[in-house]
Amino acid sequence: MDGYFGSYALVAALFAIGVAIVAGALMANRLLRPTRPTPDKLTSYECGVDPVGEGWAQSQVRYYVFTYLYVVFAVDAVFLFPWATVFDAPGFGLTTLVEMFVFLGFIALGILYAWRKRVLTWT
Amino acid sequence: MLDVVISFVVILAVFLVLPLIVGQTEHKVMAHMQSRLGPMYAGGFHGWAQLIADGVKFAQKEDVIPAAADRRIFMIAPGVALVPYLVVMIVIPIDQGRVAVNLDLGLFFVLAVMGIGVLGSIMAGWASANKYSVLGGMRAAAQLMSYELPLVLAASSVAMAAGTLSLPGIVEAWQWWWLPWQAIGGVVFFLAGLAELRRPPFDMPVAESEIIMGPMTEYTGMRFALFMLSEYVGIVVLSFLTTVLFLGGWHGPLLPGWLWTLVKVFALAFVVIWLRVSFPRLREDQLQKLAWVGLVPLALVQLALTGVVKVLT
Repeated sequence: MDGYFGSYALVAALFAIGVAIVAGALMANRLLRPTRPTPDKLTSYECGVDPVGEGWAQSQVRYYVFTYLYVVFAVDAVFLFPWATVFDAPGFGLTTLVEMFVFLGFIALGILYAWRKRVLTWT
Repeated sequence: MLDVVISFVVILAVFLVLPLIVGQTEHKVMAHMQSRLGPMYAGGFHGWAQLIADGVKFAQKEDVIPAAADRRIFMIAPGVALVPYLVVMIVIPIDQGRVAVNLDLGLFFVLAVMGIGVLGSIMAGWASANKYSVLGGMRAAAQLMSYELPLVLAASSVAMAAGTLSLPGIVEAWQWWWLPWQAIGGVVFFLAGLAELRRPPFDMPVAESEIIMGPMTEYTGMRFALFMLSEYVGIVVLSFLTTVLFLGGWHGPLLPGWLWTLVKVFALAFVVIWLRVSFPRLREDQLQKLAWVGLVPLALVQLALTGVVKVLT
């Protein structure tokens, strides 16, 4: 099990073992458990009273701005990893270091902008 | 081939046994920190078999799937939450040369696969068709978004220091003076990891006194047990990663390497429990603020520090 595909074959094998563990646990549960559903038991839980409306009710999702922020920064962060392994290779000198500060400056500016736009405070 | 089988057996032992030990430790440590005794009955000696008794109970419980739920998603969500943590363990070294697979982009692999675990909570929250669960799922998603960034930035600082993404390679390159050098990154990584696990004080998505366990409200029996297991496996994996990336993994005097790794892992797991007892739950907007105003800038400072020191020396 060597080489690029060999190591990922092992990862796939462990994934299969994980799926088997979950399936085995649920199967054991199926063999051991009673099954007596009643309509009352199958209603959604809402602190003891009958549920009002649907569970998928409309609500205001205040987190969507963070999703934008995250997407922007995560794309930056992906480029960080390949750069991180080679940035001090001989011959680059201070160039890569300056590049890093440009990168950090962009991210910091983004957060500063979000902060000035009051995205990070809610009330 | 024999090597592979042995390392898989070790991984499965770590996966199935360590979470139970951490869980039992949590029972007892929390109890004593709060001047209680904790479980004392099951198994006789200080309730050592409490979690085994819990497991037996969970295995016999009825599996209730609410009529309103999205059945298929509801059923697979616990598996989605649990399996990624098992897969992550394949690249974590416990001793010199003792790692199942040495992937070249191990660190990247770890971060990518660990992110999938949170999807389990989001799927459970949405598929339950319960208002509390949807709220919890939304909060879990928001938390993943905010804390993934400091986690990734802190981890990449170590990659810069070591010049490689392979986890055994990082431990190989580790020196004792990395402790102060990478300290900020280590704290940021550990806290952001805790937040991704939704452990107290970052447990707003499951807040049992407010939205009654959030995504897990409707879960019973084995599926609930799988969610619980995934939380404790998560603690173990996070402790392993912090050990490997920031505390030097198997490095240490006198004791054999694997024992050092385990000692560090258990010390970190103890800190996880300690934090749970010591801090009140953060409100949702405080959570977001801590990530964006606190941890992300700190991680950026750590990146700058790592870069400057690395290029100048």
